[in-house]
Amino acid sequence: MLRNLTEAYEFIEKQKEIRNAKLRNLSVYICVGTGCSAKGAQKVYRKFQEVLEREKLSVNVFKMDDAHEGIVRKTGCCGRCSSGPLVVVQPYGYFYAHVGVDDVEKIVERTLKRGEIVEELLLIDFETNERVKSLEDTQLYKRQNFYIMEDIGKSECDSIEDYMGRGGYSSLLKVLSSMKPEEVIETIKASGLRGRGGGGFPTGLKWEATRKSKSDVKFVVCNGDEGDPGAFMNRTLLERDPHLVLEGMIIAAYAVGAQKGYAYVRAEYPIAIQMLQKAIEDARRLGLLGENILGTGFSFDLEIKEGAGAFVCGEETALLASIEGKRGMPRPRPPYPAQAGLWGYPTLINNVETYANVPRIIRDGVEKYRKLGTPGSPGTKMFSVTGPVKMTGIVEVQFGTTLRQIIFDICGGLLNNEKIKAVQIGGPSGACLSVEHLDMPLDYDTLKSVDAMVGSGGIVVISEKTCMVEVARFFLDFTKRESCGKCVPCREGTAQAYRILEKFVNAKASEEDLKNLEFLAKLIKTASLCGLGKTAPNPILSTLRWFRSEYEAHLRGICPSGSCTAFKKYVIDEKLCKGCGLCARSCPNGAISGERGKPYVIDPEKCVKCGLCVEKCRFKAIKVA
Amino acid sequence: MERTYEAVEQILRKYNYRRENLVKILLEVQKLHRYLSKDVIHYVAVALQLPPAKVYGVATFYAQFSLKPKGEYTILICDGTACHMEGSMSLIKAIEEEIGIKPGEVTKDLKFSLDCVGCLGACALAPAMVINDEVYGNLTPEKVKEILRSLRGDGDAQKSN
Ligand SMILES: Cc1cc2nc3c(=O)[nH]c(=O)nc-3n(C[C@H](O)[C@H](O)[C@H](O)COP(=O)(O)O)c2cc1C
Ligand code: SF4
Ligand code: SF4
Ligand code: SF4
Ligand code: FES
Ligand code: FES
Repeated sequence: MLRNLTEAYEFIEKQKEIRNAKLRNLSVYICVGTGCSAKGAQKVYRKFQEVLEREKLSVNVFKMDDAHEGIVRKTGCCGRCSSGPLVVVQPYGYFYAHVGVDDVEKIVERTLKRGEIVEELLLIDFETNERVKSLEDTQLYKRQNFYIMEDIGKSECDSIEDYMGRGGYSSLLKVLSSMKPEEVIETIKASGLRGRGGGGFPTGLKWEATRKSKSDVKFVVCNGDEGDPGAFMNRTLLERDPHLVLEGMIIAAYAVGAQKGYAYVRAEYPIAIQMLQKAIEDARRLGLLGENILGTGFSFDLEIKEGAGAFVCGEETALLASIEGKRGMPRPRPPYPAQAGLWGYPTLINNVETYANVPRIIRDGVEKYRKLGTPGSPGTKMFSVTGPVKMTGIVEVQFGTTLRQIIFDICGGLLNNEKIKAVQIGGPSGACLSVEHLDMPLDYDTLKSVDAMVGSGGIVVISEKTCMVEVARFFLDFTKRESCGKCVPCREGTAQAYRILEKFVNAKASEEDLKNLEFLAKLIKTASLCGLGKTAPNPILSTLRWFRSEYEAHLRGICPSGSCTAFKKYVIDEKLCKGCGLCARSCPNGAISGERGKPYVIDPEKCVKCGLCVEKCRFKAIKVA
Repeated sequence: MERTYEAVEQILRKYNYRRENLVKILLEVQKLHRYLSKDVIHYVAVALQLPPAKVYGVATFYAQFSLKPKGEYTILICDGTACHMEGSMSLIKAIEEEIGIKPGEVTKDLKFSLDCVGCLGACALAPAMVINDEVYGNLTPEKVKEILRSLRGDGDAQKSN
């Protein structure tokens, strides 16, 4: 327990020394983020512990006794989840990818005992096709701007001491020892930080409004719902550096005058919840959370609330209702949470990544912070990149970076020489952009100018094999299900729009439907109560705007990408067909007929396009057109 | 833990019978019972001094809750954006072929249940699924079938022990 600021400063200095010593010593860092865990990282971690435990018996030979103490450390997501499990060996910085349990002995023998590189485990850089020694040597790494994700492969996600050894909580100490709440707010305002939860609202203004609301009781809430399918940066951040978020929240509480906070994290994120829970307990243990923090008279405590899987709960008023234990239904604003939030008290609500920026801004000062990003959108943004690209995972770049840079320079472009057709950005409420937009700088205002938004930062790359009408249908299916049902335009409108889109992909749509769809989309946008309804039509509107020809083609009986089943035609190539009759026997609908020894034919009326016959034919005579 | 009301009571006590903890309480109770039965909902309602209709309201609102029994292994197939594009539909088909259930259903022996979820946050490994607490990524229909077979095998082995 640290009793005052001086003790805290001394503690941090001591942790810095310890950490530096640790980094000079042999250490193995294993990524235990969700991505790597799904590929067996926990097993690799246990195996390392086991092997090192056993080897300790023979330490005399290898003189590794000192290094053994806590040598295996858990580190957070390195953003290269598709190459996991990842293992970094310090002080060499060797970066091993796809590490299996069976590779552990090899690493212990060769790298830990002899300092050699295990060549075959090194990551292959997609650009040079060569194995690279360390993460820092990859283009992937060099072209990003790691800022809130600093210390990749060198940080321990479950240790407050390690966080402090990296200078963590210094910003909190600075704030508590030398800044008035108003000064903190001025700093955040001057930094130009904007909310990372989607809307991009200036964070400082929100803090100021909450500070100015008169009340003895105030709350600070962290929005870690992240219901956007395709987005996982909040999860990543909570898993890899929970204290960074925590420190941001404590500073926010001090600035707005709150005593109690809630972190709302969805139950689908068990590792994030576990990491954050441990972080909270450790912070309490050291006296950084709780009553009379570091003897300064400021008290603040924090509790985790689990979300239970409703997209609309990410909307701030719904989220607050959910924290109160109710159904998560949005309500009209004003009053804004800053005036009347939890149980009617002023409440500050920000996104996970927004809070993570705060300690950095305090540490670096406004001027240095604003050097990153664009004048209107300072700083960096984490994006989760998925789809058929060579590297899927998390990237962090400064605002103003283009989609092309992210997709091609950092993520290595598309797999299997596929061509890019579109980019979906900002989740179900976001928009589909076309290749024309690849060179557009990504920032709040530029995206807004093409009716798109940063959203939470999900980027889904779409190749030419995907049908854009189907993409729109998929998103509407999602919003239709997630609509809370409170207002008619959203509830009925999305259901209706979905039915029309279904007609399109089932080859049953008419001109009339196209008109209705456009009309409906605009209506839902203007008449819905909350952000969910207001943005639900964005996938329709953006695909209509940039990919209208695909809708029109569907009206003419063609799916340009060839992916909508309803438009597929199964035909037998007369020249290749030997007339064996196998296909006719396996067709579930009796659509194939013929005479043995002669070419068979498919009756398109009866064919239900199951594709079974294609698999059966040994002569590859059946084609899909 | 056992499927008893004593255990439910323990959970309620842990959260100090506070109404604002309803969602958390229901999540834990569900982990214990694998679903929320009518009886359990009434029990929780009485304990928190809430009308049962209100507890029902919450239990039906969130996707995580189920009012029907779930399997010993709850399979959650992700049909989020990334997973959908990488073929989550073919995984659902494979599961149906292997154990004969569709999303929202349970096998007769209560061994497996299947549901779709929005996004598991493992999109980099799309398509992904979760069985109980284990995340599986980069799946193919064949891999899914293999996993199901081994789980079925495991379960039987446990029983004969
Ligand atoms: C349907 C809907 C879902 C949302 N989901 C999230 C979410 O998952 N995470 C988040 O931080 N903000 C989400 N938001 C935005 C929040 O309402 C709110 O603006 C945000 O948490 C404010 O934090 P910020 O100012 O730091 O961005 C959502 C909004 C809507 C309308
Ligand atoms: S717009 Fe949709 S989600 Fe929002 S309140 Fe209305 S029905 Fe509910
Ligand atoms: S299985 Fe192939 S070769 Fe045999 S009848 Fe059918 S199309 Fe012809
Ligand atoms: S696709 Fe299916 S229904 Fe159509 S001809 Fe082949 S087997 Fe028969
Ligand atoms: S989870 Fe390990 S790199 Fe992302
Ligand atoms: S879309 Fe499937 S895990 Fe995110």
